[in-house]
Amino acid sequence: MTPLDTDIAHLLAGSMVLVSFLLLYQDRMFALLNFFAIHACVLALSVGWQAYLQRAPHLFITALIALLFKAVIIPVALHRIVVRLGIHRAIETVVGTGPTMLIGIGLVALSIVVMLPVTTSEGAFAREDLAFALSVVLLGFMMMITRRNAVSQVIGFMSLENGLVLAATGARGMPLVVEISVGFSILIAFLVVGIFLFRIRERCDTVDLQALDMSRGESPGESA
Amino acid sequence: MSVDVSLTALAAILAVPAGGAVLLAAIPRYRISAALNVACCAITLAGAATLYAHRPRPSLYLLVDDVNTVFLIVGALVGFTTSFFSAGYIAHELETHRLKPRDLRFYHAMYQLLMFAMNLALVANNIGLMWVAIELATLTTVLMVGIYRTNAALEAAWKYFILGSVGIALALFGTILVYLAAEERLGQGMAAMAWDHLVARSGSFDPALLNLSFVFLLLGYGTKVGLAPVHAWLPDAHAEGPTPISAVLSGLLLNVALFALLRFKLIMAGNARVLSPGPMMVTMGLVSLVFAGFMIFRRRDIKRMFAYSSIEHMGIITLAFGLGGPLASFAGLLHMTMHSLTKSAIFFGVGYVSQLEGTQRIADIRGLTQSQPLLGWLLVIGVAAIAGLPPFGVFTSEFLLVTSTFARVPWLAVLLGLGLIIAFSALALRLHGLAFGETDKRHVLPAWRLAPMIVHLALVAAAGIYLPGTVITWFRHVAQLLG
Repeated sequence: MTPLDTDIAHLLAGSMVLVSFLLLYQDRMFALLNFFAIHACVLALSVGWQAYLQRAPHLFITALIALLFKAVIIPVALHRIVVRLGIHRAIETVVGTGPTMLIGIGLVALSIVVMLPVTTSEGAFAREDLAFALSVVLLGFMMMITRRNAVSQVIGFMSLENGLVLAATGARGMPLVVEISVGFSILIAFLVVGIFLFRIRERCDTVDLQALDMSRGESPGESA
Repeated sequence: MSVDVSLTALAAILAVPAGGAVLLAAIPRYRISAALNVACCAITLAGAATLYAHRPRPSLYLLVDDVNTVFLIVGALVGFTTSFFSAGYIAHELETHRLKPRDLRFYHAMYQLLMFAMNLALVANNIGLMWVAIELATLTTVLMVGIYRTNAALEAAWKYFILGSVGIALALFGTILVYLAAEERLGQGMAAMAWDHLVARSGSFDPALLNLSFVFLLLGYGTKVGLAPVHAWLPDAHAEGPTPISAVLSGLLLNVALFALLRFKLIMAGNARVLSPGPMMVTMGLVSLVFAGFMIFRRRDIKRMFAYSSIEHMGIITLAFGLGGPLASFAGLLHMTMHSLTKSAIFFGVGYVSQLEGTQRIADIRGLTQSQPLLGWLLVIGVAAIAGLPPFGVFTSEFLLVTSTFARVPWLAVLLGLGLIIAFSALALRLHGLAFGETDKRHVLPAWRLAPMIVHLALVAAAGIYLPGTVITWFRHVAQLLG
């Protein structure tokens, strides 16, 4: 592996972290969906590059799944759901954009501090790749926590899964079972979400989870 | 010959539920599908029991050993009795129009899919396959929790889905790290994900990677076990879903997640240079125990209350396995079995109570021992058993745990005892209002529908009074393997 190969791999993995940051501060639903599609595209490129470097043709399937399913089908489907539900306006966030970005930078620093010393015996390549992957995972968590809206939580969850796929492909020769299953479980997970979104819409005309929080059986007003 | 038997048994616990799920999705008549559901579970139970005597040879994907047969048999037994309870329960839900026939097709298919996923998670030798199976089990239960489609059910399902996915994602990251640690020594490919290879060679793995992976796995699978502070999904999912699912969640799924954690604990135990996983598990267990004990006091919803009791007991079991050693692990294993049986029995009772009374609010339910004496007294017995009163099996395991803790870490035993007393008094307080007092209501419930509850409680009582020698030898052997 030449230094250039490693640099390209780092460039692609690093771009995923960057796009994760872009996802964090989007305040329009359609923009969020577009950036998620870009996130998935970069993942597909990164996985494809790994497949080439590791001479592992089965990884191309994972790349293809990322490209077709996550970069095209899911954003298009979510786009339709958003239009149908009429929630394309601003996204309500729990924490403001500024603090969110600062916490995000902190999370990336954390993942580098955690991963680099631990993986000293790995090649330099796998180490940094893992640090990037953990950053993407943590930023995905962050997005799920700071968004109230169901659709943007799903996007957060899927960007998190992208980080996991990045980590799995970075681990050399990890059996195919895992990659396909990851792709497959996302499919199932997405079906679940789709069904839920419709049901939620059906029942109370909102996909804002704060409204759902009100319906918890234990609210004090209901006391005996 | 014995190979054939073992393979047939393996097919019975994996292919039968999977095939059953497909078949049940196609059958419109709920009476037939409920009966078929029971039949599938009976075959699974027979298969699990056969695996105790006849083990197939381990492959890179599947492995049947002493440890998972305990979990398999307990799981298949509770799965079978719950399917029996579920048949009566859903008939009532259909009459009251809370569920439509279409929902039931879906419900039965999901029930068998859940059984398949849990059995697969237990017999999986490949840590990636185990992860996939646990994710599948999570998704099926999410769908079943949301089946009533009320706002509360949807919120519970959504919360469960989000928190469960986050937990599952953390666990996958931990799994990848374990693979990375193993890949240096075992080479690339399947062998580096096979659990038996990992345990045999874990002494030579990089300790720093293993440490980090266990933190992820503990938080990830710990979410599924329902350990505080990552338990938030559990009470909602128990309270809002159909009661048979609450019974299966408490009695089975939490155990399966705990089993995954134990598998990784054994990998850690094989390496002398890593952090000991014990203290981390003890801490989380203790926090869950004390926290859940206090939470039981303030509950207004009867299913939610027993859900917190499940958190409490999973805390006790995690603490026992974290403490380790032959006696504490034995206590943990026994407690897990007893908790599965008792808690599912309680949920059967609670299911009938909420159907007969038409409410889950504790304040609205009074005098059960008068309105439906058999059900009322069975519930009293069940709660007495779960609270840890003698002569039930839960008392035996808690007693063993407290004494073994006291001999080794006295201050921990004090905290453990305190947690047990808090939970006990909370349950006793609530039970009094539920079971006793004056009421004019009289409910009719055929005694045969209480059969699963009676069987479970009889087993728990029998285990408390006299534990057969074979069971003791078996559990002692497994406890030694668990370290």
